[in-house]
Amino acid sequence: MAMAQAQGRSTFGWLVGRRGRNGFDLTDWFAYGFLGLGVFLMLGPVIWLLLSSFKTEAALQEFPPTLMPMATQTVMVEGFDVPLPLFRITEGEHEGRVLAQIRRVGLNAQMVDPADPETRITVNIAHREPVRVVAVATENYTTVFTRFNFLLYFWNSTFITVVATILTVLFNSMAAFALAKYDFRGRTSVFILIIATLMIPPTITLVPMFLVVSQMGLVNSHWGVIWPAIATPTGVFLLRQYMLTIPDDLLDAARMDHASEWRVYWKIVLPLSAPALAVLTIFSVMWRWNEFLWPLIVLNRSEVFTLQLALNSFQGELQTAWSNLLAMTVLTLLPITIVFAFLQRYITQGIAQSGVK
Amino acid sequence: MAEVRLEGIVKEYGAVRVIHGVDLLIEDGEFCVFVGPSGCGKSTLLRMIAGLEPISGGNLLIGGERVNDQRASERGLAMVFQTYALYPHMTVRQNLAFGLENIRTPKPEIESRVAEAARMLKLEPYLDRRPKALSGGQRQRVAIGRAVVREPRVFLFDEPLSNLDAELRVTMRGEIAALHRRIGNTMIYVTHDQVEAMTMADKIVVLRDGRIEQVGAPIDLYNRPENRFVAGFIGSPQMNFLPCEVVRAGADGAELRDAAGQTYHAAVDGSGLNPGDAVELGIRPEHIEAVASGGHPVQVENVEQLGGESYLYCRTPQGVALTVHMPGQTRLSRDQTAELAFRPEVTHLFRQSDGVAMPRLVLGEAV
Repeated sequence: MAMAQAQGRSTFGWLVGRRGRNGFDLTDWFAYGFLGLGVFLMLGPVIWLLLSSFKTEAALQEFPPTLMPMATQTVMVEGFDVPLPLFRITEGEHEGRVLAQIRRVGLNAQMVDPADPETRITVNIAHREPVRVVAVATENYTTVFTRFNFLLYFWNSTFITVVATILTVLFNSMAAFALAKYDFRGRTSVFILIIATLMIPPTITLVPMFLVVSQMGLVNSHWGVIWPAIATPTGVFLLRQYMLTIPDDLLDAARMDHASEWRVYWKIVLPLSAPALAVLTIFSVMWRWNEFLWPLIVLNRSEVFTLQLALNSFQGELQTAWSNLLAMTVLTLLPITIVFAFLQRYITQGIAQSGVK
Repeated sequence: MAEVRLEGIVKEYGAVRVIHGVDLLIEDGEFCVFVGPSGCGKSTLLRMIAGLEPISGGNLLIGGERVNDQRASERGLAMVFQTYALYPHMTVRQNLAFGLENIRTPKPEIESRVAEAARMLKLEPYLDRRPKALSGGQRQRVAIGRAVVREPRVFLFDEPLSNLDAELRVTMRGEIAALHRRIGNTMIYVTHDQVEAMTMADKIVVLRDGRIEQVGAPIDLYNRPENRFVAGFIGSPQMNFLPCEVVRAGADGAELRDAAGQTYHAAVDGSGLNPGDAVELGIRPEHIEAVASGGHPVQVENVEQLGGESYLYCRTPQGVALTVHMPGQTRLSRDQTAELAFRPEVTHLFRQSDGVAMPRLVLGEAV
């Protein structure tokens, strides 16, 4: 019955589907409540980040915080050089009027009616509240480009991510091919050894790895971030499991077709592993793009910083430029979101198939 | 010249020997079929010739050259796999061209060869399709086409028809035989289906447990099986075997008696036999005749009438099952008693101790 109902619905029917035939069933309440909570938990922080990134520095410091980016409305009044903030008077003889504040003196504010700039009005500060409008502080974003050289960090991050991902996919797939399709002495031991490295926390290998990288003169070089990252046990495991499902006959057929082992790998095994390669690509892009600790150690000069390091540098010891930090965080999230959106359909496919057999 | 010569070929997996020194000559242009039950080593032998399995011992010569240590890609052979093994990510055209691209054939030549193979195998309408969009028979033809375009010295077929339905199998059998007549290359064909072997082969190699049981032309294997295994394997339905005891044996024939006291005569050279020896009388279902009287009595257990031919499933008084294949229709029915005649000149005689066949004196089959 539920199936028949589901089929009868339009494209977005699933969005409002329910079990109860007339009105909401108890299970519907639970299901939608649970889903709503899930949406709030997953999406809430992202939306909060997005809205906050458009708030002015002042609005960010406000307590209690507002959901939307708000700012006090200002107005240009004749005879004043700067825009004056507008206030609505809540008590006293001027109640209900909207006045511009010139300055605050003690507990009183000196105000002026924008329509009548000559007359000064004194109002108790407790008797006025600011006129607030939704104000999008786009300058948060523009300063990221003008003052902080966002494009340089973006390029650094992109270079590391792209190069490391290409090399990861290439090397891991070669290792996986050997482990999946060649029968050699010690194959299982090698495989177990690779998997075993998953159990070593990266913090333990951090110092020895840094020593190696610094001996090779790769400190403050992007290659110092790239080389240690490309051999991933997860990638080898994922690709190997997937390649096991490629029939050996195909490889033998290619060999009979005069293909060298390299051609077998390049023309047969790689194209057929595309779903698993897509999964590894997504993983690798996310790992490299979001990586923080290792670049922090290897890259010390700001011109080689990745975005994550640049974000970190906004957080000073005494002061943090929250508005810029948030804007840059949003910009940093964008590329990875786009990559994920384009490749996500391969994820389930790739993972599901490499799990089989 | 592409004769294939096997000299003492051995295959071992660790301490287990699966191919026990095979000697065989397959002449240039011959259609040779390896046949045997599953696990007899026929596919292993083929893969060793192909270069996909390392050879543990002996020599493999193709066109007079020892190729033991050459890779599969260097031997100049082509193989059609049981699973077809078409590259799923390539179109039919790319599948056909892949082998030629690997040996850096010039583009125009690839195109003309692919076009020719496609025409020959009637694949022209499908050249831009992926294998997934083809039927079983079409996939099979692509697999054969992939072998044909390369103009290999030797074609290898590994049970290529076993994934097809019965009707297509007959059609493809004809097509492969026609292909062989047309291009005349050496072909080695592995199958467990003795009908395929009988209909296509110039030469059949019967294998069992990694050893050659007999090599010969199909009709010779049918007429003169050298042992009980070959006799039972070649011919369908299987040959009937009656355990007997020798009463009298000589160069001119043998008198036999079974446990139920029935006596038989076999037209074989029984010089090596002594009275009292345990033997098995072999007679093919199609050589047994039902007679009105004077034959051996049997109980009919089941009858299959196909219209043009009939099968009787009988049991002798001794308790041995007998299959009878007769042309036309029969009046016999279940649970009846029938009398069967075995003409001495169509019978075979096997020593029970080692299964070796006694030489037949006359071939009663040919008319």
